[in-house]
Amino acid sequence: MRQWLARQLHLADFTLGALMRRKGRNLMLLAVYTLVIFILASVLFFGSALRREATAALTGAPEVMVQNLVMGRHALSPHEWVEKLKGIRGTRHVQGRLWGYFYDQATGANYTVMVPPKQARDLQVAEGETIIGRSIAEMRDVTRTGYLFLLSPAGRLFKLKVKKVLPAESELLAADLVLLSEADFRRFFSLPADAGYTDVVLSVRNPNEIDTVVNKITRALPQARVITRADILRTYENVFSWREGIVLAMLAAALVAFAIFAFDKASGLSAEERREIGILKAIGWETSDIIAMKLWEGGLVSLFAFVFGVAAAYAHVFLFDAGLLAPVLKGWSVLYPQFSLTPTVDRLQLITLAFVTIAPFMAATLVPVWKAAITDPDVVMR
Amino acid sequence: MTTPMHTTDSQPPAGDIELVDVTKIHNEGQPNAVVAVDGVSLTIPAGRVTVLKGPSGSGKTTLLTLIGCLARPTRGRILLAGEPVSALPERFMTEVRRRTFGFIFQRFNLIRGLSALENVMLPAYPLGIPYRELKRRAMDRLERLQLAHRAGAAVELLSGGEAQRVAIARALINDPPWIIADEPTASLDTRLVEQFLEEVKALKEEGRSLIITSHDPRIWQADVVDMVVSMEDGRITGIEHRHDAAAASAAPAAASEETASGDSAP
Amino acid sequence: MRRITIALILLGIGFAALLAAFVHAGLAQAGRRQVMAENRALVAALGLTDPALFTEARYTRHLTQADLFTPFQDSPASFEHFPSGALVLPPPQIRSSHARLIGGHPPAGTGNPVSPRSE
Repeated sequence: MRQWLARQLHLADFTLGALMRRKGRNLMLLAVYTLVIFILASVLFFGSALRREATAALTGAPEVMVQNLVMGRHALSPHEWVEKLKGIRGTRHVQGRLWGYFYDQATGANYTVMVPPKQARDLQVAEGETIIGRSIAEMRDVTRTGYLFLLSPAGRLFKLKVKKVLPAESELLAADLVLLSEADFRRFFSLPADAGYTDVVLSVRNPNEIDTVVNKITRALPQARVITRADILRTYENVFSWREGIVLAMLAAALVAFAIFAFDKASGLSAEERREIGILKAIGWETSDIIAMKLWEGGLVSLFAFVFGVAAAYAHVFLFDAGLLAPVLKGWSVLYPQFSLTPTVDRLQLITLAFVTIAPFMAATLVPVWKAAITDPDVVMR
Repeated sequence: MTTPMHTTDSQPPAGDIELVDVTKIHNEGQPNAVVAVDGVSLTIPAGRVTVLKGPSGSGKTTLLTLIGCLARPTRGRILLAGEPVSALPERFMTEVRRRTFGFIFQRFNLIRGLSALENVMLPAYPLGIPYRELKRRAMDRLERLQLAHRAGAAVELLSGGEAQRVAIARALINDPPWIIADEPTASLDTRLVEQFLEEVKALKEEGRSLIITSHDPRIWQADVVDMVVSMEDGRITGIEHRHDAAAASAAPAAASEETASGDSAP
Repeated sequence: MRRITIALILLGIGFAALLAAFVHAGLAQAGRRQVMAENRALVAALGLTDPALFTEARYTRHLTQADLFTPFQDSPASFEHFPSGALVLPPPQIRSSHARLIGGHPPAGTGNPVSPRSE
């Protein structure tokens, strides 16, 4: 055992010495490799954490939402729907919701304006008052003045006293919220009292019965569109998943990069490398020693890149709030929530990442050596 | 098949290398086949310095690779101290080679990027000798060659003479009984050649055996050399024994018998 | 010191950093439980349905509430207006069956696309 270990360390030490011959080039290679892993791991960490955070919070979302579709587009739900839905057996807490979008010309940001439901006892607002998300408070300099000024779509100026600013930890969910009383809401959007609701939400008495209830709703209201909490969770379980969108593109790009690298390396050794293997064999190394030495080369570089890439990615996402990814996510939004994610480590994803990056690299270092390693050592004499 | 003539019994003395009708053909069966070594039979005595001389293309380097177990003969047998080695599987052949031979190459062939000390330790890496022990052995070798002060130097920075001694030290790290040197003085000046011959003498005094190929007359005319084998076109054209009176008396008979027995001497 | 010793020390540091990350994650999760519970309560109280990640346009803000027209406003083949289109797809319920969304009844046998069990 001690002999085996000493042999491995000798071979590994030799391969490091050989790598150091072209210090600049190999350090560059290592840096690029580490960077690729850093980027991939960052995106994976961020995606997992965001998914987890969002789906955890959204388990509190309404169980069933009913929308009105007219000519294929979203329209206000008439008041009668509330009564009709209350009449369906199995439904509970049916209520109409009032919420909409507002484009604030002063900042160029989009807000979600909402009337808080009655059960949100801590979040009720009186006329002339509002509760807003922290990002809005900062953008509109509310802390100094204590008031939020909004120009309604009809051109009226609303001066709203900011009763409360939602906590920083809720940024991810509530950064763009402006809560108004129903009266203020209707006046703001010029919505007459009989115009209806944005949509209707309800819960079901028995969660196992949800399909039945949904079917009843669609029979009672054929033009309605029904969305369940399961739909919401499903949407956000897939966000930033490696199966879709930019993450898949990045993963594919990384694989292609590694494949190109492997192909380039596998196309053969230089004459000097061949000669060196000949020398080693002549002075007493066997084929298995050459192979082991090359495995150490691939292994050390891969491990190093992986370990430091992943550690750096973790720090980047969870200690520095994914600062490098933020611009990508922010896109063209003017308002972007400042949030910290709960650290999550998905072991399966890490193992997949390891396999997908380390295996091709090891193959790339080993394959070209194979043929040379089995040649006769007398080549060095010629 | 010729039998070795310089002993009375049919078995060679322990330690000798015996070649029996050894032939090496490169690219056998193809249009560009080359017969590098053609039916060579030879006994190389242990504890002596043997030189293979001849022009390039004479097959002396190929013969050296066969003796040193770096390649297998196409036909014939090679025996080490009476034991056949040429037919062994690669694994065992490497084992034998590692134990028996130390190599010094034409251009020293030191590995760049490593220090002199590391180059000396290199042949012993696969043996899994603990680092401290191996380092001690290597430093010992370097000390004996007055190179201890250059142990940490990168091999690219060594002078010709220093590189030569590092190559010798490397060949000795596994304490082999046989040293094989292929054109060791090809690019050296007279002073370094003399230095090399001094080392050869020291090695012989330690009880080691040496086989050297060279077309440098300073080598095969040197005092320390015991036997000079001349080769041409893959065949032995002459064997000259020196120093050993008994061998010398037997030699003319051996030489004449070998030249007379059907080899096409020019 | 031998090269391999240095390399192994560095690797050791790296692994230690990874291990620290694992431990940190575990501890941080425990610490965030309170916050996550509060957020869930906020969502339940206000009836929120989407995180406020993509506030570029009304139709990127509430992905789950988007109707058929919104993701395919101009044409299914048109370019994305916003970078968020490269990051997230329209919700699965839109991508599955359209009959539901335009007020018609789905063909017999396709089941209710909004039901999780129909996938």
